[in-house]
Amino acid sequence: MGNKQTTFTDEQLEAFQDCTFFTRKEILRLHSRYRELAPHLVPLDYTNNPDIRVPLALIVTMPELKENPFRDRIVETFSEDGQGNLSFNDFVDMFSALCETSPRELKTIYAFKIYDFNRDNFICKDDLQQTLTLLTKGELTEDEVLLVCDKALEEADLDGDSKLSFSDFQNMISKAPDFLSNFHIRI
Amino acid sequence: MIGKRRDGDGEKKKRKKRRRKGAHRAEEGEDEVQTRHERREREKRRRAKNDQEAKGRERDEEERVQTTSGKVAKTKKNIRNENTRRRVEEEEVEVEERLEKRKKKHGSAKKEEKKEDEGKQMVKEKEREVKKKKHKKVDSKDEEMRPECLTPEELEKLKEAVDERKKLIQSLRGKPWPMKKKLVTLRESQEFVEKYEGALGKGKGRKLYAYKVMMTKKWMKFQRDFENFKTACIPWEMKIKEIESHFGSSVASYFIFLRWMYGINMILFGLTFGLVMVPEALMGRPYGSMPRKTVPRSEETSAMDFAVLWDFGGYAQYSVLFYGFYNNQRAIGWLKFRMPLSYFLVGVGTVAYSYMVVIRTMARNANESGVGDDNSFNFSWKMFTSWDYLIGNPETADNKFASITTSFKEAILEEQESHKDDNIHLTRFLRVLANFLVLCCLAGSGYLIYFVVRRSQKFALDGLENHTWWERNEVNMVMSLLGMFCPMLFDVISTLENYHPRVALQWQLGRIFALFLGNLYTFIIALMDEINLKREEEKIVKFNITTWEASLYNGTISENSTAPSITINPADVPRGPCWETMVGQEFVRLIISDTMTTYITLLIGDFLRAVLVRFLNYCWCWDLEAGFPSYSEFDVSGNVLGLIFNQGMIWMGAFYAPCLPALNVLRLHVSMYLQCWAVMCCNVPQERVFKASGSNNFYMAMLLVILFLSTLPAIYTIVTIPPSFDCGPFSGKNRMFDVIHETLESDFPAWFSKVFSYASNPGLVLPFILLMVLAIYYLQSTSKSYRQANVELKKKLQTVI
Repeated sequence: MGNKQTTFTDEQLEAFQDCTFFTRKEILRLHSRYRELAPHLVPLDYTNNPDIRVPLALIVTMPELKENPFRDRIVETFSEDGQGNLSFNDFVDMFSALCETSPRELKTIYAFKIYDFNRDNFICKDDLQQTLTLLTKGELTEDEVLLVCDKALEEADLDGDSKLSFSDFQNMISKAPDFLSNFHIRI
Repeated sequence: MIGKRRDGDGEKKKRKKRRRKGAHRAEEGEDEVQTRHERREREKRRRAKNDQEAKGRERDEEERVQTTSGKVAKTKKNIRNENTRRRVEEEEVEVEERLEKRKKKHGSAKKEEKKEDEGKQMVKEKEREVKKKKHKKVDSKDEEMRPECLTPEELEKLKEAVDERKKLIQSLRGKPWPMKKKLVTLRESQEFVEKYEGALGKGKGRKLYAYKVMMTKKWMKFQRDFENFKTACIPWEMKIKEIESHFGSSVASYFIFLRWMYGINMILFGLTFGLVMVPEALMGRPYGSMPRKTVPRSEETSAMDFAVLWDFGGYAQYSVLFYGFYNNQRAIGWLKFRMPLSYFLVGVGTVAYSYMVVIRTMARNANESGVGDDNSFNFSWKMFTSWDYLIGNPETADNKFASITTSFKEAILEEQESHKDDNIHLTRFLRVLANFLVLCCLAGSGYLIYFVVRRSQKFALDGLENHTWWERNEVNMVMSLLGMFCPMLFDVISTLENYHPRVALQWQLGRIFALFLGNLYTFIIALMDEINLKREEEKIVKFNITTWEASLYNGTISENSTAPSITINPADVPRGPCWETMVGQEFVRLIISDTMTTYITLLIGDFLRAVLVRFLNYCWCWDLEAGFPSYSEFDVSGNVLGLIFNQGMIWMGAFYAPCLPALNVLRLHVSMYLQCWAVMCCNVPQERVFKASGSNNFYMAMLLVILFLSTLPAIYTIVTIPPSFDCGPFSGKNRMFDVIHETLESDFPAWFSKVFSYASNPGLVLPFILLMVLAIYYLQSTSKSYRQANVELKKKLQTVI
């Protein structure tokens, strides 16, 4: 990897390194992955910050996201327009928040946003049901789904409003032993 | 036209343009500006009441940041009046404080009320900003003069603002803002810091301050380059990623563990190679110059045979690879390198380094995994943390879906029925029986090893040539075979017990651990017997040497009174049995045979099985792939245990055979490639995917125990057994650690040894130990009280609704 690359200026790379958990080489690699998704759309030269967005349908074909049941929600959460169309900034942001060195607090905030399907800043029963259906691919019966959602709400809801606010969610996740290792995408 | 833009982007751009065209703005009427602000305020409030409430708040914060910097820049440039300047400073401090407060409350739920306040404040600030703009004139000279006119308090506040900006830049990565906002904030903060940092260092401290700032910048740049370099150096990243996407995080954790071990072994290799083997090879006496460095006459003919070399005899034995080659000369070469001291310190250093690394990793893991009672959030955790985001392979994903569904169904079942006791007496009886069987197994294997070692000693006395290959390598083969078959036996026995799979896994791991430990210690006990035998032999040899020397001089007694020095070929000198080299050789042989067994098991157990299942399936009655043999799964726990015990053996033997870390590095390197290939080629993802909870720290804890247990025998031999008289760097001393005493006396100034003798006085050491025990007791009691306070707070949280 020589120093001669014309994709980004040095200031841009330094700025990216300050704002994400990636190193210079990783950012360049991310850019080539981003470009692979839509080579005719994404220019090679990013020095003048072109405003290009890759649509949701292309992003979820990435091998890292393809098998994930929550892929649509993940991409929507990190997109600026809320529809899932990611600019390169959003793309880098997404993988930086989900990378290994990202801290627990940051991951908790984004996990909450991802599981909040209707984006009302609460995980209500409906959100829980949707999560469970995606997770089990519809294998559980109606009754079982309701039971699980009720139990989960009972366990985690501390203020008793029958939906999970961010602090409830945070309290519950902070003790989970698997959260950090499972909520992690390597790119 | 401005009011129509709903895009946050557009608004930011507009703001920037506004600031740049400030001069023109001054011409515009105040009213127009005011109305535009008001409109924007109204519009913003309207937008804020949509779904994007959180985003609006974030935008506010960013604008706040922008306005602060803008304000400071503009106002500082233009205000000459003392009063207005002071007002500006106060406002700036207010804003900064608000910024601080808001940052602290960032994650809170009370967003709505704050919004309103902020909206009002925004309006006020905008008005002020507009007023200031009227007096604006960009004058660079003013900037230069500005800081000198500021009073010390204002300087302090400015400094605080700059520091705060710097902290913001540092913490930018962890903020949950969209990337664009982060980039904009970063650029502005950097501009702010740059502008005012130079200005801050006024008067006497100016040059020093500027120098400090420059050095900090250079240091940060160096750190960043170093981080980049370090991540580029990490090997096998792509391989592990592939395995992760196919098999999930639990299988990949084994390979990550392997890579971490490889790193540790590289450092140990560096220590032993650089400080022990290389100096002796370069600066010590060469091969053949001394009796200890030469192959004895009797063994010369067979010294180059492959069989002998493979057994680490012959030329391999009389080389830097083993303890016996090293000379006990105090300082060698032109560097005056203290060889014996270096040997001893490297031995101690490898153990100390290993302890440090393991404990540090354990502490880090303990912080991350958090304190948790496992059952309080069962369903929530299953819902939110069970999906493994690393999976990228459709087959693995299907397996994962299936296992998640199964685990939900099990949890639901458990929830619905209260525990069906179902003949608890039978279960208890079966469990006791299972444990009894396991104990019998362990005792049996321990006795078998002892018996085999005794037999191999008898064979050695008879002369090794009379026996078959099996009989010569009996000990190692038996140990490896036991390590292979007993775990399977334990698995079968555990079906009697009927535990929950997670509990069963922990029992299994515990039993395998006990098995390996028992085997290792039996081996060591047998080794100790051999050491004692060799020491007896040594006494005899010492006696014989005096008679032999006498016989040499007998022939020349007719010569002058001064006995001429008789040159004798070192190969002919009778040699003492060097027990240290023997110990080193035993360990090396054990590790080699262990490695071979692992690889052969891998090839036969996994690869051959996969080939058979694949190709015989075409002509077999039942479906081999789904039915009986099928493809094997990767046994994570078994492999991890094997790795841990292998490392234990390295730690045990490294003092007597400096070549062991090098051997291990090679072994781990090959293992990595071989096992990566085998996993991808012959294994299928696990059907039941679950982890022993907190297993990361479980493996680290085992590693720590093994480290402790494996350094015990080495320490025992160093402290109690006198070294051989004619081989190794400590020959001639009473005990090996005497070298430290000698160094203290001869190499350090006189007061040093006096200080040390005071420090090692029991009157000082005992109170110190007592103090440490008290400190441990105190820390433990405080941690207990913290835990209780935790429980109390949790209860309070539950009751507050």
